[in-house]
Amino acid sequence: MSYTAPSDPVNKKPVKVAQLCDLCHCRKAVLKRPKNLQKLCKECFFDVFETEIHNTIVDNKLFHRGEKIAVGASGGKDSTVLAHMMKFLNDKYDYGIQIYLLSIDEGIVGYRDDSLATVQRNQKQYGLPLEIFSFKDLYGWTMDEIVSVAGIRNSCTYCGVLRRQSLDRGAQKLGIQHVVTGHNADDMAETVLMNILRGDVARLEKSTSILTSSKGSPIKRSKPFKYCYQKEIVLYAHYRKLDYFSTECTYAPEAFRGTARELMKNLEVVRPSCIIDIIHSGENLFLKPAAGGRRQGRRRGPGTTSANTTSTTTSTGPVDGSRCERCNYLSRNRICKACMLLEDLDKNRAAVTIETDTSHDGAAKTLRSLERLAF
Amino acid sequence: MANVTVEFLGGLDVVVQKQRVHKLHLPAEVVSVGDLIEYIASTLIKNPRDVAVFLEDGGVRPGIITLINDTDWELEGQTEYVLEDNDVVSFTSTLHGG
Ligand code: SF4
Ligand SMILES: [Zn+2]
Ligand SMILES: [Zn+2]
Repeated sequence: MSYTAPSDPVNKKPVKVAQLCDLCHCRKAVLKRPKNLQKLCKECFFDVFETEIHNTIVDNKLFHRGEKIAVGASGGKDSTVLAHMMKFLNDKYDYGIQIYLLSIDEGIVGYRDDSLATVQRNQKQYGLPLEIFSFKDLYGWTMDEIVSVAGIRNSCTYCGVLRRQSLDRGAQKLGIQHVVTGHNADDMAETVLMNILRGDVARLEKSTSILTSSKGSPIKRSKPFKYCYQKEIVLYAHYRKLDYFSTECTYAPEAFRGTARELMKNLEVVRPSCIIDIIHSGENLFLKPAAGGRRQGRRRGPGTTSANTTSTTTSTGPVDGSRCERCNYLSRNRICKACMLLEDLDKNRAAVTIETDTSHDGAAKTLRSLERLAF
Repeated sequence: MANVTVEFLGGLDVVVQKQRVHKLHLPAEVVSVGDLIEYIASTLIKNPRDVAVFLEDGGVRPGIITLINDTDWELEGQTEYVLEDNDVVSFTSTLHGG
């Protein structure tokens, strides 16, 4: 597989004054920014978009000179733009950071192998070192094997838990303490919406923070694209002709229908700024430590004072920084989520070995079609 | 009867036989981008179930970026835009992959 860039349209028509860029007033505007409806030409868009991310990085002091960072790279649009952007900004503004591409091979035939090929091309294009860690090496299971045992409906649960841990483990092995991911404003807003719909106020706070580090964890995570619209990231990749991979995972949930994402995309048509608006709502919802165990959200206003401001942080459940008894990974519980999932898998494997040992690649596919029939 | 290039990007090529670029010689009744969208749905997309990936309530689905000669169609009159020879219309999914 190789990369085919989108073509360069050549139809140059005389440009009317009304079509000119709002910033330079000399080139034709090619897009209207969702956040402020500003009409920009390609060059001004590059400049504004890159500068905004630079400002986010500086304002939040995301990096320090000499720091080693790992870009979680999947070959997809967000992480490809992220890898390009980190390299570009580091060169332009001299952050003095060392950038690595860190990829996780979940072991999904026909999907991850192709997307890793994209990451390998990115490695050459951007001249960044690349390290790949696989589920198979770390846990003894590929996702294809997991799906053949646990079923396709649970695939993303397993995959998500294991990938998160793999990134940390991979980073640790490389002696890197900072993993940067391509989560964007749409992802954040979607999480906020879902947490609000579920009434999970406790998770809201964490879901919108740009830099997370748990006490005791050597690895911190940051999201420089927190305020970037998905639409602009895709347009940036398009205009810069970045080489990204966009095939859907074999196990991806097919229907967007009825998801928080769909709701948001529909809202965006009516009011493009809704995405940032939702994030701001999320940022301003806080838990009020309640005496009777009942929780409620409150707005943070200037000079917020409540009757009981003595404790600012709620400490419910196990302490941050405790470790899993089996693998020593950070965990709020005695056994971490990954180890629990793996234990379930091992139990189930015994039960299904006879049926699955005939074909490996096909197993997931068959299972999938069987599950479809069941609906 | 314009000759236009239509591109399906960002994973949207799955609805058109995984072919990203289509060079089309349009029949006379396809005049605007709105007509082109109907034409794509009825002719280019072979599996009727795939139409829902591309369209929603008869319009291009939210989350798909439509560009006319690399300019967001919002700035070009959207479906009203009258096609000319050598125009490039691209549809890019922002929903696929990640
Ligand atoms: S769609 Fe699910 S199984 Fe596939 S890569 Fe994403 S999380 Fe993993
Ligand atoms: Zn300009
Ligand atoms: Zn563990």
